[in-house]
Amino acid sequence: MSARKLNVTLNGGLILTICVGLVASCCLGSVPLSHNDLVAALFGRASAQINVILWDIRLPRAVAALLAGMALGASGAALQGLLRNPLAEPGVLGVSAGASLCATIAIFWGLTTVSPWVLPSAAILGALVITFLLAALAPRVGGVVTLVLIGVGLSSIMGALMMLLLNLAPNPFSLSDMLNWTMGSVANRSFEDLGFAAPFWLVGFGLLLATRRHLVALGLGEEAARALGVNVDRLSRLCVLGAGLLTGAGVCIAGAIGFVGIVAPHVVRPFVGHDPGRAIVPSALLSGLLLIVADIIARVIPSQQELKLGVIVALIGAPLFVLIVMRRPQGGDLA
Amino acid sequence: MSLLALERACVARGGASLLDDVSFQIGAGRLVGLIGPNGAGKTTAVRALLGLQPLTSGRAILAGKDAHQLKPVERAHLVSYLPQARSMTWPINVRDMVRLGLIGRSQSADTLDQALFACDLSALADRSITTLSGGELARVHLARTLVSATPAIVVDEPTSALDLRHQFACLALLKARATGGAGVLVILHDLGAAARPCDELILLDGGRLIAQGPPKDVLTPTILLRYYGVTGLWHGDQLIISGL
Repeated sequence: MSARKLNVTLNGGLILTICVGLVASCCLGSVPLSHNDLVAALFGRASAQINVILWDIRLPRAVAALLAGMALGASGAALQGLLRNPLAEPGVLGVSAGASLCATIAIFWGLTTVSPWVLPSAAILGALVITFLLAALAPRVGGVVTLVLIGVGLSSIMGALMMLLLNLAPNPFSLSDMLNWTMGSVANRSFEDLGFAAPFWLVGFGLLLATRRHLVALGLGEEAARALGVNVDRLSRLCVLGAGLLTGAGVCIAGAIGFVGIVAPHVVRPFVGHDPGRAIVPSALLSGLLLIVADIIARVIPSQQELKLGVIVALIGAPLFVLIVMRRPQGGDLA
Repeated sequence: MSLLALERACVARGGASLLDDVSFQIGAGRLVGLIGPNGAGKTTAVRALLGLQPLTSGRAILAGKDAHQLKPVERAHLVSYLPQARSMTWPINVRDMVRLGLIGRSQSADTLDQALFACDLSALADRSITTLSGGELARVHLARTLVSATPAIVVDEPTSALDLRHQFACLALLKARATGGAGVLVILHDLGAAARPCDELILLDGGRLIAQGPPKDVLTPTILLRYYGVTGLWHGDQLIISGL
């Protein structure tokens, strides 16, 4: 099968599975809905109760999981290509941490009571600040390894600040709010919330798509890529900015969710000839699918409190991550 | 007309002079060997020539333009460059790897197949590069460099990992490109191999240009003894080298 045909089959298959996942996500929950209910709601002939469950609760939640997953999966694939490191993910550059920290700060000082828009704005602002910082630094630092190290440093600083805020939480309510944010969840999202993240999501995704043809050339090293005619500085900026915007939008939708940005690109890479650029779209789709499924699991597992999406994903993703690291061929270029 | 030229180029880093007042030029249709002992400044000279290494003073000219002012894509259309460091993070297959040499160009499957054939890679085209030997991989990088039809070619030690047969084949390919009108600069360590196909040799040592000219004029017994510490004699077109 030609590479292009395989790509179309892969993406088509993933999109179909996502559709099935979305339908399942709308049907399953504490009040089960039948397919007939869904069809009726689609044509506006369902009862008010079913309409509320579908349009105000289940569908926004499923779409939120899809969009957050796609953001993390696309960012992961692109950053791995940029950093020539199959273990990179949005978290590595400190962008997720920046978004989470700003959200936590907003909760800590009670700013979230001012307007419901404060929390998502803070998350996107945090991601953008880190993104612009990295974009400014990228041409000045010697190479991609230095950029990773800067990201790790930034991540640690913001992680520590977040812990400090949790430590100093003024009351149990804000502590619980902040914990919710750091654990990651798509419960109680509305289409209004998603609308706020959408522009950033779209611009970020577009920027990453623009990088997809040249990312693989970076695997030869910066100098060889430059000699091939690739504008490495521009490519780095597009990638960092795109991943920053997307991660900001993703964190704003679902809070901090780890590992899916590493696992999804790893799974799809063999199907796209190990080209990190061509992995961006299928990795985004797979990642979206994984979060939809994880969210369904979080909802249907019987427990006193509903499980958090981020916790489910981490419980599945972290062991997979360890497996990926252990199965990596020794001596593979970890540039 | 000269395709590639360094004019009084100096490169200094951390107080050390890596390149000291080096000038040379390479015209179309010429195969020029850049030689010198380890640390002579060969790679620095090549990187400076391509505008990849900032100059402390002097100029680097590619096809009449300042190499440091060229956009990456403009440079790529003038020169194919094979750097010394040959890594690839992703385990892509041989065909995709060679195709990287055609980035930003109208691609033709024929061109790709010809480059694979020329470098004796047709049978390996669908193999993952992680399954290749060092020599096979070196040929993949050579094919990637030669797949585009640029007026100038600069290759840094293309023969170092190759067996004898492929060393000859590699130099024959470069010679053919020069005969076809390209200006080719090749860094070589094997002086015997360099002596035969090259139209001209440039000898660097300690960042300075020592000699430049036809192989026989450059690789004199005196120069071989002084800069390489070996004895060498010419028998017709053959250079016979032995240790001391």
